[in-house]
Amino acid sequence: MYACPPHEYTDQVPAGPCDTTVTTYVMLRQMRRSTRISALLLATSAAALAGCGSSSDDNDRGELLVSAATSLKSAFTSYGQQFEDAEARFSFAGSDELAAQIRTGAKPDVFASANTTLPDELFKQGLVERPRVFASNRLVLAVPADDAKVEQLDDLTKDGVTIAIGAEGVPIGAYTRKVLDRLDATTRKAILANVRSNEPDVGGISAKLGQNAADAGFLYVTDIAATNGRLKAIELDAALQPEVSYGVAIVKGAPHRQAAQAFVSGLLLGDGAAALESAGFGVPRTPIRER
Amino acid sequence: MKRGRWFAPALVAALAVTLTFLTLPVVAIFVRSTPGSLIGALDDPGVLDALWLSLRTTLIALAIIVLVGTPAAYLLATRTFRGHALVVTLVELPLVLPPAVAGVGLLAALGPGGIVGRHIADAGVRLAFETAGVVVALTFVAAPFFIRGAQTAFAAVDRSWLEASRTLGASEARTFARIAVPAAAPGMLAGLALAWGRAVGEFGATLIFAGSFRGRTQTAPLAIYERLGTDFDAALALSAVLVVVSGTLLLSAKLLAGPGTGAPHAAR
Repeated sequence: MYACPPHEYTDQVPAGPCDTTVTTYVMLRQMRRSTRISALLLATSAAALAGCGSSSDDNDRGELLVSAATSLKSAFTSYGQQFEDAEARFSFAGSDELAAQIRTGAKPDVFASANTTLPDELFKQGLVERPRVFASNRLVLAVPADDAKVEQLDDLTKDGVTIAIGAEGVPIGAYTRKVLDRLDATTRKAILANVRSNEPDVGGISAKLGQNAADAGFLYVTDIAATNGRLKAIELDAALQPEVSYGVAIVKGAPHRQAAQAFVSGLLLGDGAAALESAGFGVPRTPIRER
Repeated sequence: MKRGRWFAPALVAALAVTLTFLTLPVVAIFVRSTPGSLIGALDDPGVLDALWLSLRTTLIALAIIVLVGTPAAYLLATRTFRGHALVVTLVELPLVLPPAVAGVGLLAALGPGGIVGRHIADAGVRLAFETAGVVVALTFVAAPFFIRGAQTAFAAVDRSWLEASRTLGASEARTFARIAVPAAAPGMLAGLALAWGRAVGEFGATLIFAGSFRGRTQTAPLAIYERLGTDFDAALALSAVLVVVSGTLLLSAKLLAGPGTGAPHAAR
């Protein structure tokens, strides 16, 4: 919100003996200024209106709107640059938030989630076509690369350690709680007591760690690679590791369905799969089939 | 005469479009949230924690803003000095800064690795992830609203009153406390209500600088955001509560600022 208190406007023109001259001068000054301001306002709004029309209609390739989990950012951005069927535009956020947008009527072409439950739910609600699993990932304990206070999972229980995790609704938060549930009750309680923030997506957790605001957090291994060495990963025991599968679905009534289909195929086998692999994602654990 | 006939309807049409566009989201919040879900949302302990935290942090922030901002605004309103305009502009800067920029700036300045933050961290003071950090973020974004209001109000106080007070032997401090502040009080309170509204609505700077943790740093807007993905009805209900709170604050600002703000001046 930005509310402007009434602005004090005083034109300080010395009141002289020659009142008419002064008044004319003031009027002229104000008029010229107001004409200039109106011209400026008109020009700006015209430019703004021109700019906010559908910008790529005159483009040869259509566009493709992809709502994707924040953890897919680097992989999808590089895939988008190679993708030829349309100009791919991305909206990255927590998967739960993107799903909520679709539930309230948003129509991206593709929804790519950091879990399979959200696409499955949307499918049951008739909002997306049948989802496919396209990648897997794994959770790690993430710490700042320089002078980390935390060197192993047990350090999380120490007094004074601050931890940032995902909020319960976002996939990273749900997976993190699965990991914590597999620990013994005392350790889990001690760790939860040190949690200082429930972030809306992986980006929030990375940022807090990158600024040393938090000492540790749970992230996907692919998030560590995307920070260019600012963070390092501490692997979790296989017994603690939850199954992290990414699901993708074409949104029902997608405005660019053909391009969406090409995008999804490329994720399963093609440039998209290659981009995912080089970003550190695993192949889908559940074999690609109709689920 | 006939040529000008289109103008008045055009003005009315523009106002109708403006009004519809600006009120539609607010109307939608109330249309889509049923009374049952409103009550249900207020039953959620997380929501109550968030509202209570919002109330506490905004009140503390306002207290700080009034204590430091009032004398600062008085100085700006009553003295001219070299760089006066620059100082006023710098004080007003947070008004136009995107909240995300405020959050990043606060983190870079006062975060544990920040240029000042690392020294206060050595002294054992932590702001990130603490309620104190929320207060810092709120103070940063809301202070200019109050200072602007107070400065305008002080500037409008009749100088002859202040001079009379001094001529009668009152000290500068006494004149400030007994004459200037009471005379400027309505304008100051109006500024305060706007600052409060801005603080209640603060989202980005708080999330970036202080994080989101129930009961500690999760203010009402952050609680809305957390529920967006999982429980849209609860997000709507809590939004409805905030509409009422913010609307009340705006209304009190209008009433305090005096009747007829923005209305055409009566013919003299």
